[in-house]
Amino acid sequence: MNIRNKLLLYLLLFFSAFLLFFPILYAFMISFMSSDEILHGKFFPAAFHLENYLKVFDRLPLLKYLLNSFIVSTSVMIGQLIVCSMAAYAFVFIQFKGRNFIFFLFISTMMIPWEATMIPNFITILKLDWFNTYQGLTFPFFAAAFGTFLLRQNFLTIPKELHEASQIAGLNTVQFFIKVVLPVSKTSLVTLGVYSFLSTWNQYLWPLLVTTNDSVRTVQIGLKQLQTQETATDWGVVMAGVIVVIIPTLLLLFLGQKQLQKGLTQGALK
Amino acid sequence: MLKKVELLNISKTYDRKQDVISSISVTIEPGEFFVLVGPSGCGKSTILRMIAGLEDITDGVIKIGEKEINDLPPSKRDLSMVFQNYALYPHLSVEENIIFGLHVKKISKSERKKRCSEAADMLGLGSYLQRKPRELSGGQRQRVALARAIVNQSPICLMDEPLSNLDAKLRAHMRSEIRQIQRHLGITMIYVTHDQVEAMTMGDRMMILHNGEIQQIGKPIDIYNRPANPFVATFIGSPPMNLVSCTNNWKTGEININNHLRFFIKPEDQPAVRNRQLTVGIRPEHILHSSNRLTNTIKMQVQVINVEVLGTETIFAFHLGGKEWLAKWNGQWRLSVNDIVPIEIDYNSICLFDKKTGGLIKAPAKIERHIIEQEVMI
Amino acid sequence: MKLALHDTPNLSLNPKTSLWKQTQKARVAFLYLLPSILLFSVFIFYPMFKTIYLSFFLTDQQGEAALFVGLDNYQDLLTSQSFHKSIKATLLFVLYTVPAGIIIALFLALMANEKLRGIGFFRVIYSSTMGISVAASSVVWLFLFHPSTGMFNRVLNLFGIAEIQWLLDPDWALFSVSVSTIWLNLGFSFLIILGGLQNIDEHLYESARIDGASYWYQLRRITIPMLSPTLFFIITISLINSFQTFGQIDILTKGGPSESTNLIVYSIYKDAFINYQFGTASAQAVVLFICVLLLTILQFKLGEKKVHYQ
Repeated sequence: MNIRNKLLLYLLLFFSAFLLFFPILYAFMISFMSSDEILHGKFFPAAFHLENYLKVFDRLPLLKYLLNSFIVSTSVMIGQLIVCSMAAYAFVFIQFKGRNFIFFLFISTMMIPWEATMIPNFITILKLDWFNTYQGLTFPFFAAAFGTFLLRQNFLTIPKELHEASQIAGLNTVQFFIKVVLPVSKTSLVTLGVYSFLSTWNQYLWPLLVTTNDSVRTVQIGLKQLQTQETATDWGVVMAGVIVVIIPTLLLLFLGQKQLQKGLTQGALK
Repeated sequence: MLKKVELLNISKTYDRKQDVISSISVTIEPGEFFVLVGPSGCGKSTILRMIAGLEDITDGVIKIGEKEINDLPPSKRDLSMVFQNYALYPHLSVEENIIFGLHVKKISKSERKKRCSEAADMLGLGSYLQRKPRELSGGQRQRVALARAIVNQSPICLMDEPLSNLDAKLRAHMRSEIRQIQRHLGITMIYVTHDQVEAMTMGDRMMILHNGEIQQIGKPIDIYNRPANPFVATFIGSPPMNLVSCTNNWKTGEININNHLRFFIKPEDQPAVRNRQLTVGIRPEHILHSSNRLTNTIKMQVQVINVEVLGTETIFAFHLGGKEWLAKWNGQWRLSVNDIVPIEIDYNSICLFDKKTGGLIKAPAKIERHIIEQEVMI
Repeated sequence: MKLALHDTPNLSLNPKTSLWKQTQKARVAFLYLLPSILLFSVFIFYPMFKTIYLSFFLTDQQGEAALFVGLDNYQDLLTSQSFHKSIKATLLFVLYTVPAGIIIALFLALMANEKLRGIGFFRVIYSSTMGISVAASSVVWLFLFHPSTGMFNRVLNLFGIAEIQWLLDPDWALFSVSVSTIWLNLGFSFLIILGGLQNIDEHLYESARIDGASYWYQLRRITIPMLSPTLFFIITISLINSFQTFGQIDILTKGGPSESTNLIVYSIYKDAFINYQFGTASAQAVVLFICVLLLTILQFKLGEKKVHYQ
């Protein structure tokens, strides 16, 4: 590439990056502004006051919501890792009659939009009396066809000789699963972990349905509350809330970006 | 301590219609280096994996010592195995890899350490113990796999093409190293390879397989000298034996290869060839430069169509009787394509096979003589 | 069976393995699959059938089937103005968001795939929206679309163009929601496409360069064909995703104005959890399910021919 093309490319890269990141940048700026500044349409705050941040924690039990979100996301992450890796292990390392059929059944659940099943699920949770509980928020998401598929694709790349060598060494299936398969597949487990944490943290509809009070409510619903509870919205405070909510996931994404990109494409395509 | 391995009428089929292994019987003696050799798909790995217990046995019995082990899981058969791709655990260090099996077998920590350092010393792995497999070269990984097999102290070791991922130089080195380790430990080795050089140089005995059937079992040099059938004759030896079918006039005792080459069958061989169609086989090194020194030979002139000078020997090709033949002469010969070369073939050095059954009728006799007498032009 | 249970491994030449032993692997596999099967049954398969079942009934407040009405719920949907609008809005929304979103993501990924100093920074920025929740993004866009203090109208003012009621004008609302959705989904699409680009064998480009192929020629003849499985995957995912859009609508427009953004999932939500019409809501859910199913099947049928797998 010659210098001119390179310069052009950099220009394009910067321009797109700015355009794409603008909403977040803008929200970040607003979160430090006073109402007056917002009204005047400033882009840079006069000073980086933390006032809005203090207010948002004051107005909402945001810390509690954050904790709830963290508990829910972590539980779903761990649950999914366990349930999906077990299923994927069976699909790859155990030969049994009907394996293809059950695998097809698993994959077919990807075609059922979750929203099409939410009414009976809602009723189920109602009957189980799981409203406003962590289990109501997490249990339905422990099994995931996508996660099973992703891990299966990765397990398939483990040479079968590793399995055979373990058999000769005298490992039973559980030992082989825990001592060899899981450690060897660390990267794809991290991928799935990051992915499931992110998507659970960002969930909106289900927490909206099954939380009716603050006890287990997640931050996403908190944001909606923040935006609707006041008639004249104090945008500075709302944006402070937004920034607080997206920071954990953005950090996780920045750390796991490479990992996620590799893992997801591998799982999706091979 | 040492036990023999016995295969009795072993068969294997995947679809219940066609056998991939049919009725193999062989006894592998204690302390023997036994090689299973054959082209890819001949079933040699399947046999090894059945001995290991990684593959179900459709029919037949496998015994280790006097005990039938058909239904024993791999870990109960008291054997170790080295895989073609080494099967090292990528997440464990070299040391953890080596003692992996001992850990499972609940062997004490001090004993594990001792055995590990012994094996590592034997294979020169001492300074790599803390590394991960991906930080090692192919040869070093190979050694780790060997070490892992050794520390088990199992009386039987199975190897499935362990050298095929190494480059040629290292392979030659590891051949002798594995052989020395086997002698040193005195274990029974069952070794699978597709490489006839490995089979020839390493095995006490070897079994040649083709399409799931035994072709021949025996000492490498015996098999080389008395190949049981044309398949073995061409599979063992490089370049392969020249094979050509011929017409056979048993009234005159004359063999005729497309009217280009005639032999008279020696009186003592005549009863055996009577009423049979024949295939003639001649090893490339038995096609000699015509020196008029030998008697009872067939002499002729052939036209060279390709030459390979390998430094210590010269291989050239020529057409005869509608087939391409290869000849191998010791030394460096300045031959070029289209040269006319005088050659001679000693009747004693040819093989005769029954064309229909493939069975050996006559093997080369007194070949030592033919091997030495060469001269160098340069 | 009882016999088989007590069958010890015999030492005869041809041991017929017992049923218990034959099924041993299946039983072990079943244990590993049990959690998944249980959860799928309770939270996916059962609800799917229950949804279909409920769609033939009128329901009470508890969501229990009360009165069998046959296909009436579907009949109602077919004649319902509001459902027609919802379907139209959903289809338009898919049309607005999917192609544009993928083209932009492809463009970004092609740029970010060049080997330049500091390219990692741009990759992080371009994938950043993946870390942003629908709630957070919608709140931010709500502000950007704000009629008076919003960024967009300020810019329009700057150029002397009349302000637009982005979310309040029925002609603009769906477009505005689409823009925010494209933005939100860019991160994921970008990440997947970039991964696909990086999987393409470098030798292909080297050989093309030796042949003197131009950048565009390489793009047309190597990149796009080799990327087709990735594109196929991301198109399928994006289509399904856009059919399932909910959060943006709930925060930005609540289905309005005059139902112009009443996408199907929001419509289901409203019928079920605001109006407590579980029957009609279920009928709509079945329609959604059929739409997604048909789309996936269609995708696979079309994709099979066009996609080059390596």
